[in-house]
Formats: sequence, structure tokens, C-alpha cells
Amino acid sequence: MSQSSQSDAQAVATLLASLPNPVKLVFFTQSIGCEMCLPARQVLDEIVALGRSLTLEELNLVLDKERAAAYGVDRAPAIALETDRDTRIRFLGAPLGYEAASLVDAIRLASHGDSELSAESRALLARVTEPVRLYVFTTPT
Amino acid sequence: MSLANRLALESPLITAYCVEATEFPDLVSRHRVTGVPKTVAISAGGDVRAEVLGAVPEADFVRQIVQAVTGGDADRA
Repeated sequence: MSQSSQSDAQAVATLLASLPNPVKLVFFTQSIGCEMCLPARQVLDEIVALGRSLTLEELNLVLDKERAAAYGVDRAPAIALETDRDTRIRFLGAPLGYEAASLVDAIRLASHGDSELSAESRALLARVTEPVRLYVFTTPT
Repeated sequence: MSLANRLALESPLITAYCVEATEFPDLVSRHRVTGVPKTVAISAGGDVRAEVLGAVPEADFVRQIVQAVTGGDADRA
């Protein structure tokens, strides 16, 4: 990865090359007014090239609005992670810097298909009975 | 961010959005983000149910979110 050290890049490559299950990155872009869409696509191309289990599907936020609505995506760039199901993991914005590491970790989680949460956390989460969106605000550095 | 992703993987009712704050100032303004990480839990109707500032341990994070969206049910865990 262009913004990572060589050792970090090697660690990412090793991780992505050994994913147990396929992950599809559904990338939402738009043609006008999205200056970060191209950098986002470039990062995704680099990531997908590192893992045989990774695929990339590019959708247009405007033209594919029904798919965007199904994923709960209303802006670009955005990324949704799919395995054999929708993982309900989304990234809004270009995954640069720290966000690239977050995306790689999310891919690892999705591929393994296990939340890795404690038994207590799982029991609590089973009590959630209505849809909830969690927006986690971060910065690239 | 990883914790929110884990919650999404665990619960079919939770969707996690990692928002790059500098790209979406409208969301930053709407949710009064003054520092990161900040997690905002939003109901299907658009109501803000919880705000979690900073990186917190898993148990605290899950408890705060579940308590907010279930009306305190987490206290009886």
C-alpha cells in the first residue's frame, strides 16, 4: 500500500492472502462532485489486488440508487462489505491512512464471520429489537 | 471503529458506518463532532439514542449502546 511502510504492507498482504472466506467490496461512487472517489478507488484496487478472496464491485450512487438505498448509503465515496450475506459494515469516505487499516481489519472480521465479542456482549446485543445505525466518526491520521 | 463493526457482525439489526469526518462536514455539524472517535447511535426514525466519546472498552461500549436502544434493559444483564 502506497502510504504504509514496507513491513506494514507485507503484514497486510499476508493477512489478505490468507482470508478464509470471500469478501466483496461494494464501492459507491459518483461522477460529479466527488473529489475523493478516485483516491478511494485507487486504495480499493490496491487492497483487492492483495487477496484472491477479495472482489470489487463499483456502483454509481445516482444510477444505482436502489442498491444504494438497500445498503443504506446516501453519499460517496462509500464502501459496503459483503460475504455470503450483507455484513452491515460500511465506510463513508476514502479509506486513506488510518482508515485503510480499519478497512483491512473490517475485511478480516467479515471474512472470518465472527464478531469476536465476549459472551456477555453477545447476550446483551441479543436484546436489541429495533434497527440501529452506528456512526463512528474518525479522521485519516 | 472495530468495535462498531463487531456489533454489526453480531446483531442483524445494527449497521456500522465508519465516517471519515473531514470529508463530510454536514454529518460532523449535525452530530456536533468535536473530537474523534465519536460514535452516534441512531434509531430507524432518525433519533439519536446514544453518543459515545473516545475509545472505550468493549463491555462499556456495548452496555451504553444496548442501554440506550432498549431503554435501560442492559442494566438487568
